[in-house]
Amino acid sequence: MTAAAAQHPLVAVDGLTVEFTTRDGIVTAVSDVSFSLAPGETLGIVGESGSGKSVTSYALMRILDDNGRVAAGDISYSGVDLVAADDKTMRAIRGREISMIFQNPRSALNPIRKVGDQIADVLRQHGMAAGVEARRRAVALLETVRIQQPEARYHAYPHELSGGMCQRVVIALALACEPRVLIADEPTTGLDVTTQKTILDLVRDLAGERGMSMALITHDLGLAAEYCDRLIVMKAGKVVEAASTEALFNNPQHAYTRALIRATPRRGARLRSLLPENDPRRGQPQPEANLRQGDSAAGGQPLVSVKELVKSFAPAASGLPFLKPKAPATPAVRAVDAISFDIWPGESVGLVGESGCGKSTTSLMLMRLLDPTSGSILFEGEDIAATPSGRFPKHPMRSKLQMVFQDPTDSLNPRFTAQQCIADPVARLGGLSGRKAIADRAAELADMVRFPRGLLDRFPHQLSGGQKARVGIARALALRPSFLVLDEPTAALDVSVQAVVLNLLADLRSELGLTYLFVSHDLTVVRLLCERVIVMRAGKIIEQGRTDDVMDNPQSDYTATLLAASPQPPAALL
Amino acid sequence: MGGFVRGRMIARRIIQALPVLFGVVLVTFLLTRALPGDPAAYFAGPAADAKSIAQIRESLGLDRPLPEQFWLYLKDLATGDLGVSISTGQPVMAELARRLPASLELTLGALLISLAIAVPMGVLAATRPGRPIDHFCRILATAGVSLPTFFTGLALLFIFYYLLGWAPAPIGRLDFAYLPPDPVTGFYVIDALLAGDTETAVAAFSQLILPMATLALFTLAPITRMTRGAMLQALGSDFIRTAKAAGLSRRKIIGRYAFQNAMLPVVTTLGMVFSFTLGANVLVEKVFAWPGIGSFAVEALVVSDYAAVQGFVLSMALLFVCLNLAIDILYTLIDPRVSIDG
Repeated sequence: MTAAAAQHPLVAVDGLTVEFTTRDGIVTAVSDVSFSLAPGETLGIVGESGSGKSVTSYALMRILDDNGRVAAGDISYSGVDLVAADDKTMRAIRGREISMIFQNPRSALNPIRKVGDQIADVLRQHGMAAGVEARRRAVALLETVRIQQPEARYHAYPHELSGGMCQRVVIALALACEPRVLIADEPTTGLDVTTQKTILDLVRDLAGERGMSMALITHDLGLAAEYCDRLIVMKAGKVVEAASTEALFNNPQHAYTRALIRATPRRGARLRSLLPENDPRRGQPQPEANLRQGDSAAGGQPLVSVKELVKSFAPAASGLPFLKPKAPATPAVRAVDAISFDIWPGESVGLVGESGCGKSTTSLMLMRLLDPTSGSILFEGEDIAATPSGRFPKHPMRSKLQMVFQDPTDSLNPRFTAQQCIADPVARLGGLSGRKAIADRAAELADMVRFPRGLLDRFPHQLSGGQKARVGIARALALRPSFLVLDEPTAALDVSVQAVVLNLLADLRSELGLTYLFVSHDLTVVRLLCERVIVMRAGKIIEQGRTDDVMDNPQSDYTATLLAASPQPPAALL
Repeated sequence: MGGFVRGRMIARRIIQALPVLFGVVLVTFLLTRALPGDPAAYFAGPAADAKSIAQIRESLGLDRPLPEQFWLYLKDLATGDLGVSISTGQPVMAELARRLPASLELTLGALLISLAIAVPMGVLAATRPGRPIDHFCRILATAGVSLPTFFTGLALLFIFYYLLGWAPAPIGRLDFAYLPPDPVTGFYVIDALLAGDTETAVAAFSQLILPMATLALFTLAPITRMTRGAMLQALGSDFIRTAKAAGLSRRKIIGRYAFQNAMLPVVTTLGMVFSFTLGANVLVEKVFAWPGIGSFAVEALVVSDYAAVQGFVLSMALLFVCLNLAIDILYTLIDPRVSIDG
């Protein structure tokens, strides 16, 4: 226990149990959770989805949904019983004594109110300032969270700001009344790694300056390790382990903690080593890339060859031709700016970059779902960019290029069973007819991705995240493609599920001789799966080469910044 | 977003409405020509022979080719001449100028009452879902929309005029004992107040109450349901959680943060409610002997009164185009996210 924690705790949670009344009866989301937060300390609350970490913080702030209640346990803040406190007391504590910042910063702000006014609202509510003074303080706060031109930004609406800027506004809002405790609930999910680093560094600095205590709720062990003094690990509503950060990584006591640390991708890890202890594939060798041509081999032909590919988006035009804005015509935005690269058969190539760098636009053009402005895409020597995307579904190459989408839930038709999802492309383009033949093929594909046949008649909402991801992969494999674009296929998954899905993808590549383009913002994951990597920024390729070379010895500053920003758990002894 | 950009956006919207209006003029013209029934025969009267009918057709310009008729029609339109109604013998423009304000006074009044009741009800229901107030709102709204307006109108008359004697006789906009005020807006209540004649204003308002209540009951349901739904959605949003965590008061959270966001879909619904209320007007006007535009149009249609029907359809279309324009502009003013093309 650190010296800080030994002092009298500022927040003490003891035996907290939270229940929700649902249609299926009472569900216990959090049971018997205890922890304390000392002045000036940073506590990490770590767990996968459904572990109850957010619910715990909502209970602390008493902002649970109407159907939730604290069934047992005590929460005290500096001697005040927060479970029994009346609404007036709670309102005075929220924002003034204990503040919170949230994930999805853009939706966490009122979309039709100026961001500055939203900060001023909080100041006025707590009597910190009134009238013009509130406005002046709000501008000062925007400056504190390092927003450029705070005077002008005061009048901005959330949709006019980037995700990172919105998060700064949310932080300014939370810090407005100089609270003593800050709860950060996944504050950087959905933000780029470099933004994540600046935001968390900012929060750490501000908390340090003001001597604030902080609870950082996250699913990312690397992040927790970097910013927290002490960690508690939660699983299924219970605390399974609590220890100082160092002790937790050096000597994890609970099997779940060990599994979680193991599954977190880190430098030097191999794909197989991410799997849980009892997984039979752990002992097996790493699946080999089925390289039929070396990337530098002479004489061979690349599977995909992209040349001078450009996609520019014209500025929004008026509905009527004669009403087009005349004055300062905005130039067309070049989302993808003359990029060229090759992908060789059997390779797995990572395409990395931050949001807005053009990696998704590139992958959509490769998939022929979007028409390039200029340039060519040669697939097995044929220029597939010559066929407009509207006609491409009838193109013989269609079945050879397939895609696995980012969100396993949103990319499945909610009214299709798993079997229908997988069988749909088979029935449309697979050349199979007859219900039996199609069902057999779907079952075969399910086996291929290790999806239990017994679950084939379930709907997406009845499946877990990992199972849905497998359905998405099976659907992409249905037409026996030779090239798959994987668009952040594990970004929405918990780390333990991600470990299993990544191994599955590696196995499938080796078994079926597939070629991958793996689009991701997560460099550590790319390193596990890809032999080569392409780094993009603002529509251009900044750097490309063998993954190990690029990552160990980056040639561009930008790649180095990206690498430095991605959080790494301490190298554990596992 | 600067005021300049917004101003240009609104100007562009107004310009975009012009082709729509031309389309409306063309379609009404063609539609009325396609209607069955020969106005020349009707105009000539039952005793006319083929020759006199042909003569009348010629004098009405109905013997010329359609494009030419359309061109003449456009020229007349430009000078504000909508023709003469065959059935009343009055210029259509004068008829519309007299009757449209009567209908608008009724409809707008009804919508105001409806809004004043339905919006607070929707908010109350949304902040206390599943509680008695929620169920009460649902029952009242369902009852209001389930009963046909002519029935509600008759029932209200039976109770408040016949049984209780509180309401005046349903004889139009004003009792014979009063003279209509000088027309300024065309709304009797407002005109009388402008003229400083409180007594007439009260009399005109008392005539309005029952038909307004009838229409208001009918429009309660959509507005209440929409407000409730929009409020529930707004209250479930992430930014409400942020506001709660920042310690904002319940009043501020519900009144400013949730309500302002919830009003966006309600404003959109309001446009649709307004148009179907104008439609529902016809029956209410009949029940209360209201000299509105709806009853005028029905009568004109029955006798193939081209000019009157055209004038009616055109003024309605104009009204709806303006209404939608107003709602679009209102939307751009309250929602900063609306883009130039939005």
